[in-house]
Amino acid sequence: MPPDNNPIGIVSGLLADYAHCIDSDELERWPDFFTEQARYRITTTFNHERGLPVGIIDAKNRNMLEDRVAALRKANIYEPQRYRHIISVVRITGESGGLVQAEAGFIVVRTMIDGRQELFVSGRYLDSIDLSGQRAVFTEKLVVLDSDKIDTLLAIPL
Amino acid sequence: MAGGQPGLPCGERGMTDMKDIWLDDGLTQVPFAVYDDQDIYARERERLFQGPTWNILGLECEVPEPGDYKTTYLGDIPVVLVRGKDGVLKAFENRCAHRGALLCLERFGNTKAFTCVYHAWSYNHDGELIGVAFQNGIQGEGGMGEGFRREDHGLRQVKIAVLAGLVFGSFDEAVQPLEDYLGPDIVARIHRVLPRPPKILGYFTQTLRNNWKLYAENVRDPYHASILHLFFTTFRVNRLSQKGGIIVSENGGHHVSYSMLDPGTADDSDYDAAKLRADSEFGLKEPRLLDGRDEFNDGITLQILSVFPNLVLQQVRNSLVVRQIVPQGVDQADVVWTTYGFDDDDEELMDLRLMQSNFVGPAGYISMEDGAVGNFIQRALPGTKGETSVVMMGGEDAASMASRATETSIRGFWKAYRNLMAI
Repeated sequence: MPPDNNPIGIVSGLLADYAHCIDSDELERWPDFFTEQARYRITTTFNHERGLPVGIIDAKNRNMLEDRVAALRKANIYEPQRYRHIISVVRITGESGGLVQAEAGFIVVRTMIDGRQELFVSGRYLDSIDLSGQRAVFTEKLVVLDSDKIDTLLAIPL
Repeated sequence: MAGGQPGLPCGERGMTDMKDIWLDDGLTQVPFAVYDDQDIYARERERLFQGPTWNILGLECEVPEPGDYKTTYLGDIPVVLVRGKDGVLKAFENRCAHRGALLCLERFGNTKAFTCVYHAWSYNHDGELIGVAFQNGIQGEGGMGEGFRREDHGLRQVKIAVLAGLVFGSFDEAVQPLEDYLGPDIVARIHRVLPRPPKILGYFTQTLRNNWKLYAENVRDPYHASILHLFFTTFRVNRLSQKGGIIVSENGGHHVSYSMLDPGTADDSDYDAAKLRADSEFGLKEPRLLDGRDEFNDGITLQILSVFPNLVLQQVRNSLVVRQIVPQGVDQADVVWTTYGFDDDDEELMDLRLMQSNFVGPAGYISMEDGAVGNFIQRALPGTKGETSVVMMGGEDAASMASRATETSIRGFWKAYRNLMAI
């Protein structure tokens, strides 16, 4: 099969790998999906539409993502839980100089260790992706949640 | 215990039996029934939230222009906060006087009048009924009877008081003036983190699967801070051995817990002895997270302030947040986090605020556990009939203390609670 140069195909593959990494609890690999200076931020539609800058998580670079994983593994206390990401078909919203901007909807089902299972969040990824290198990486990932409400806590990243 | 039946589910105990819920007149034994009893929840709605208390409704800057409104809650009762044409803030119950439908559905907006979608009854900014659709009927038929007077059907008023840009409301006309209710120490500490008009930086809401009072206690509990939140201990953001203290208001209900970094006094021996140290090898790859600015020029790096019953005002370094507790039934509560800064924040200070927002909220390094720990208590309630929790750290009263190895402000909460609830 010839290599897929279609950006929709590449971004879809990247998002599938990304979701697999989180959902299978391989968080140590999670920062590798980002460039060194990448911004990762979780916000809400309400804040996003009004330009309100505060994030639920706001990482200014990959080091902060590594710190987040280290804290989850060593410092923070939360009940064992897993996510299942379901990601929509990707829309390419912009393209220039080796970077593409892409948008995809997602839902995450959260399953606790005792079997409690609920729709945890829905939202969209507003991504900027560098396609110029050996493999695609995020230069920015903005996670915009549809709802303002977070049930109990948000430990594992989205 | 005479006649009391603590632990019975909803509706099985009359109000008259409530005095027996508490084992004694003290503050150190809190009956678990207060967290899951429907009768107590109903009594809280009546005696606390509609009683002589001041409840946070929001910030003045959320409704800056005439006609601006915000929907919110006083306890679990929906209310609207609006700025009238004359610039004066008003609040009233968000419930049409006709059939009782929610009047206002948007979170924020601007309007000349509030019109109910159901039958188009409309109200002005003072909550007065100004229009009733078909009041005189159609072509002489139908319409309201002669005894109907619009002035008898206004919206139920909420009394308003503003302090340092914070808007408080009370359903009780006879509530004491806000500053008397708070006392001078609390007033001063509110002004400390709101020295000039704030600017909103964003919102989020955390849904807690536990009774609202478990969160109210949690924020008044400095004992747990460096034990449950290991991020604190690991990075020395806060340690009980730091300089600081607890102020409890005279009525017990409000408190301030504060601390200041003082490297000279850092002594880890108590932590090592209690084996409370997290992995000491653990370092941050991005240490800028721990940067901060002494923006209030007093060295205090952490201040958690509560106002009975539903406000928490938080400074963690340069992260400033107004938290409103909204009960959602006996076993659930929302915490609405409103993050703020100031108009004159320079870029560096704004960066610090946004960076440090990683500490707080539902994903916060030093607060995410608070979202879960109340639920751990809630889930263990079934076996607690007649049992009480133990609140004895730091003594038996609710006085201000220099040590933060204390539960004095939790006892203060119950002092104010028992007084108002008359139980």
